[in-house]
This record gives sequence, structure tokens and C-alpha cells, in this order.
Amino acid sequence: MNATVIVFPGSNRDRDMIAALTAIGGKPPRVVWHQSDALPPSDLIVVPGGFSYGDYLRSGAIAARSPIMQKVRERAEAGVPVLGVCNGFQILTEAGLLPGVLMRNASLRFVCREVKLSVENTDSVFTSGYRPGAVIRCPVAHHDGNYFTDDETLARIEGEGQVAFRYAQGTNPNGSRNDIAGVFNDRRTVLGLMPHPENLIENAHGGIDGRPLFEALLKAA
Amino acid sequence: MKARVTVTLKAGVLDPQGQAIQGSLKSLGFAGVGAVRQGKVFDILLEGTDEAAARADLTRMCEALLANTVIENYAIEIVP
Repeated sequence: MNATVIVFPGSNRDRDMIAALTAIGGKPPRVVWHQSDALPPSDLIVVPGGFSYGDYLRSGAIAARSPIMQKVRERAEAGVPVLGVCNGFQILTEAGLLPGVLMRNASLRFVCREVKLSVENTDSVFTSGYRPGAVIRCPVAHHDGNYFTDDETLARIEGEGQVAFRYAQGTNPNGSRNDIAGVFNDRRTVLGLMPHPENLIENAHGGIDGRPLFEALLKAA
Repeated sequence: MKARVTVTLKAGVLDPQGQAIQGSLKSLGFAGVGAVRQGKVFDILLEGTDEAAARADLTRMCEALLANTVIENYAIEIVP
């Protein structure tokens, strides 16, 4: 699989993502610095987690306006799968590639723990490896993961099957509306999620519930 | 020319930071403090003297970067 990982100043989960893509995808991904305006041919583009630009202004806001994101937008429009994890999810919403916004956690606390996620829609290149309705384990680590959108957009994304993952009942760590942990774009070719599937791919991690996501992408590539 | 842009959360958007500030004001003994909503202020120096053009530019800046209009409103003020 020809995967590309975009790196910004302040990205810090890029190495975890590179390790996961290398282990499952069979070869190391290309790594592209945010100021580049050249994006290699890719079967998958990943915007990893971290604190790009120190979360200045709003989480992901500055990174979303960097030169490489225009190229990412063009590829996304052409149908190339784009995955954003944690800060990557924040960047993709700020870039307008995904609906909604990630606000400060309702508790005002940074949350770093394992949650349970229900897989809400398995009809995508990201989630086809999961059983419909599966509940998986996944770690979260964020301060701004409180998914918000207006009533109209919420009804639309719920109705169109754009909710990819939901925090299983009673485990919502951040106040997200409708317990939303991850959303697709309308074509389900772009996915953003706050939890870190790249951190649960081998037994040494304590579980492998993140593997099916990467294996499905490999299969689709 | 100097401009001040104020960005605030839209009505109905939960503001846990504002709530925490309200709680802190109460604990400091300020009686009669109602809801607190927090936001951001940007003071921007601009070249030129055409106020209408400046307002048009500032509106574009707000829409492109300074505010996330999913959750935020903005107000533009030209400071004399």
C-alpha cells in the first residue's frame, strides 16, 4: 500500500502511525512535510495526531490552511481515502473536508484512557473489516474531542450514515453530541476519529482491535 | 488603520470554559454573576485608509481563518 503521512510542526503521533502502516501495509509510508506542495501518488493519505501549531487559535485551524492541505483536498475530491486521527480529525474538520467541529472537552480535562467504540457503519474502505454493530476497544488522548455540529447537520449525517464510530453507551469521554467518535464525509472516503486505532494493532499494545481498519484499507488499495 | 475583531461562541453552543470562569468568579465572592461566555479578540493593523475595503478584507479573514463559523460569530470594528 502506498500510504502518505502528512507531518506538521507539533505532530507527535506520526511515528505511531508510520509504525502501524509499515507493520500492516507491508512498507513504510511516504512522509510529507506540511510546507510541501507536492503529494506523491497515494492509496491512502493520513493526517496523524498531535498538537499542530500548539493548538493556536483553534485545534487544527492553522494546519488546515497549510499548503499541503490544498493538495490533500484535491486528492480527497478525486476519491483517495483520507484518514485523520485525533488532531488529524480536528484538521480535517477545520479544512472543511468533514462536517462539524471538535470543541474543548466538556469536563475541561485532558482525557487519556481506553474507551469502547461501536462501529456504526461498515460500508466504507475504513470500516469494512468490522462486523456490523461490533464494539471495539480503542485508546483516546485529547483535550479537544467534543464533537459539535448544529441540529440540521447532525440530523443529516445521522441520516446519511456518516457516523462511523460512537462511544459505547456510558463511555463518552468528552461530551460529543450523540456520542460521536468518528465521522465520514458524504462519500465515506474521508474518515476522522478522535480515538487512536494505530495504538492497538499488536498484542504488545494489549489488543489488536485497531488492525481491521488498516487491513481493510490495505485490501482496498 | 487599526481594527478589532471579536469572536464569540454562537448562542446555544456549550461553553464549559465560560462556565468554569463563572464558577471561579462566584468562588471569589462576586455576587450576582450570571452566565459567562468567553471569546477571542484580535487587534489587527492594516495598511491603507479605505474603511469599506478594510471591512471587506476583514470579513474574508474572519470567514477564512479567524472564526469557525460552525460554532462562532464575529464582529468587526474599525478603531479610530
